[in-house]
Amino acid sequence: MQFFKSTNIDFIGNRHKFFVVSILFFVITIVAFIYRQEPNYGIDFTGGIMMQVSFENKLDDLQDVRKAIEEAQVTSFELQTSENLVVIRAKKSLQSQEEFDKSISQSIQNRFPDNPMKIERIEYVGPSVGQYLSKQALYAFFFAFLGMIVYVAFRFKSSLWGIVSVLGIIHDVIISFGFVILVNKEVNITVVAALLTVAGYSINDTIVLFDRIKENLRFGSKEIFANIINKSINEVLVRTIVTSLTVFIVASSLFFFGGEVIHTFAYIMVIGTVLGVYSTIFLCTPLVYEWEVRRSNRLKMAIKQGAVNSKKK
Amino acid sequence: MSKINWKLWISVLLVVLSLWTLWPSISWFMMSEDLRKQAEQSKDPILSKILKLGLDLKGGTHLLLEVDTDTSKLEENVKVKDAVDRATEIIRNRIDQFGVAEPMIAKQGDKWIVIQLPGIKDPKAAKDLIGKTALLEFRIVNKSQEAGKALDLLTSKGIKPAQFREDPSKYPEIEVALPEDSSIFEGKGSDGYYVLDKALLTGAALTNAKVEFGGQFGRPVVVIEFSKEGGRIFADITEKNREKNLAIVLDGIVQSAPVIRTRIPDGKAVIEGSFNAEDARLLATVLRTGALPAPVRVIEERTIGPSLGDDSIKKGFMSSLIGVIVVFAFMVVYYRTSGIIADIALALNLMVLMAVMAYFQFTLTLPGVAGIALTLAMAVDANVLILERIREELATGKTTRVAVDAGYQKVFWTIFDANFTTLIAAVFLFQFGTGPIKGFAVTLSIGLIISMFTAITVTKLIYEFLFKENFLLKIKI
Repeated sequence: MQFFKSTNIDFIGNRHKFFVVSILFFVITIVAFIYRQEPNYGIDFTGGIMMQVSFENKLDDLQDVRKAIEEAQVTSFELQTSENLVVIRAKKSLQSQEEFDKSISQSIQNRFPDNPMKIERIEYVGPSVGQYLSKQALYAFFFAFLGMIVYVAFRFKSSLWGIVSVLGIIHDVIISFGFVILVNKEVNITVVAALLTVAGYSINDTIVLFDRIKENLRFGSKEIFANIINKSINEVLVRTIVTSLTVFIVASSLFFFGGEVIHTFAYIMVIGTVLGVYSTIFLCTPLVYEWEVRRSNRLKMAIKQGAVNSKKK
Repeated sequence: MSKINWKLWISVLLVVLSLWTLWPSISWFMMSEDLRKQAEQSKDPILSKILKLGLDLKGGTHLLLEVDTDTSKLEENVKVKDAVDRATEIIRNRIDQFGVAEPMIAKQGDKWIVIQLPGIKDPKAAKDLIGKTALLEFRIVNKSQEAGKALDLLTSKGIKPAQFREDPSKYPEIEVALPEDSSIFEGKGSDGYYVLDKALLTGAALTNAKVEFGGQFGRPVVVIEFSKEGGRIFADITEKNREKNLAIVLDGIVQSAPVIRTRIPDGKAVIEGSFNAEDARLLATVLRTGALPAPVRVIEERTIGPSLGDDSIKKGFMSSLIGVIVVFAFMVVYYRTSGIIADIALALNLMVLMAVMAYFQFTLTLPGVAGIALTLAMAVDANVLILERIREELATGKTTRVAVDAGYQKVFWTIFDANFTTLIAAVFLFQFGTGPIKGFAVTLSIGLIISMFTAITVTKLIYEFLFKENFLLKIKI
């Protein structure tokens, strides 16, 4: 089976259209940011407490739970429920975690004497830990990006290619994050992990294409640069689609059947796989093209460059 | 064909080793619930060979403690690093005595301690046990006039003894009124306040502490035994302070203050308080394991009940399984025979990955399970690259055999580069995350490394074998 024989699409000629798409994505992201005011940071970063309790019988009215918690002198909190599970979140201004869960569970139990309650899960993050995790997340991205730039620059003997491939990742990560904010999902360490995975996946794709361009530059030095790039993209297109399809299948399966814990993770991966492919073809490669063309005003120079490079080997 | 031979031997060896490593885990998961409990209790050596499940799958408590290293509260000559090290060691002892199967206790950073307690039922009791400073002191009660005056001043101002001790210079009039070297302490319950002289003996001098039921109305008491040196000092104290009250102070609270009737020469003391049996057991444990050099407090807790773990396991495994099966099926439909060969490589990848996890005792977490599914999907990439390349080579008119060789040769570095850069992301993910995320980074990294071998070497081996046996001169790719 084969999705299609060989294609011959002019990606480079149409690059400006796709730049517009990227800009559109960024606009959506910015709108999401403005609309949501501030990302819905989870307790991992703000500090606070999350309690998940289950009742033996289904709850009819969440209002009673709300009242019970208010009776326990807790003022700022959020409730979330599905069937007999209730999730209570309280951010910041938390003196003692011990007292919090004791007084809340007592207060709730008093209100529902015939509906026994069980604490399924407690997550408490102190403010210092929240700060620590935020810092760690930023470090992780910074050093991962730096590592990738260095490796790609080393392998392709050009810091430009390294920088461009990381630009592609940053593009994907920011837009994926925009989608998280758009649906107001909680931003926690799982989101950070998912974004880093998107980064890893996205660069994977970019490398494959860059490798092919490098190879074609070596053999097809007589063609003009734009054609070489177009040819390379068309050649790896099937592979790109097949691979992202398999990742997409798994991510979708996790998204639909994986349950609440990996739901957000899968959501980001689903978006990330699509973006990873998009940014490689429509962003990274055209950027390399623009840069190379600009660097040596004349196209021929750019071609010769490729020829000289390949002879050096 | 000696080239085939060594590849074949390595592959066979890998399969055998993986199965051998995975065998304990397989037999463990086939065991009944009761048998597993038994094995856990008898600390069966199998426990150290099976796949380790993370807290999010098994249920349990993760705690992050901060040691209060405010130097003013530390004993003299104790460095911050030593204090944290000692606290870690003491907490380890306490947890061991509490009886938790396979706890993890480790220092993190300068003054944090991570504790993981898989499968415990009562996180509160564990936290009490861990957090008790357990600073035990013996002080003589000061009943002088000045002391009484200071006490009156304190009560009239409504200041708590702990508040005063925190920073006595804030309350100069009380400080002046107090006799030298003494301070004010709270009694247990509604016992009132005491003025106590300096500590004459601390819990550091004891060798043993145990629960006995010798108190009033058969209440439990904690009997402590001093070391030789401690016993001598204790005899000395009781000798010199006859008819005075000796206060036994635990973490700044007077437990009891009995009158000394005679010299006590046998190096034993009894702490009476209104404990129940569980309190007494906890106290005896913390006294035996020693006082923490500095107070600790919980700054992060993640507790997951076992039933929630069960539910996540089911959903996580099911969704991963569905995803992987669809990918396997897709490969066969799309690439036919070659798809089957790629699937064999994927299955092998999965097996070796699990074996590596079990052998090195890496923890499998829920995101880790998702990570395995995603890794397999990404590992497909290597085979897709190879197969697409072979198709391209075939299209230029090469024979199958030459096309296969060329395909493998040309994409090797592409696969290497692509995996290596993804690995960079995984490594920093490992540096970053907490337990579950680390689990994801681990499966992702190992899976990628293994796929370099299975997707390239093993599939090539199968092709070579098929060519050699002339099973297919013209395979469907």
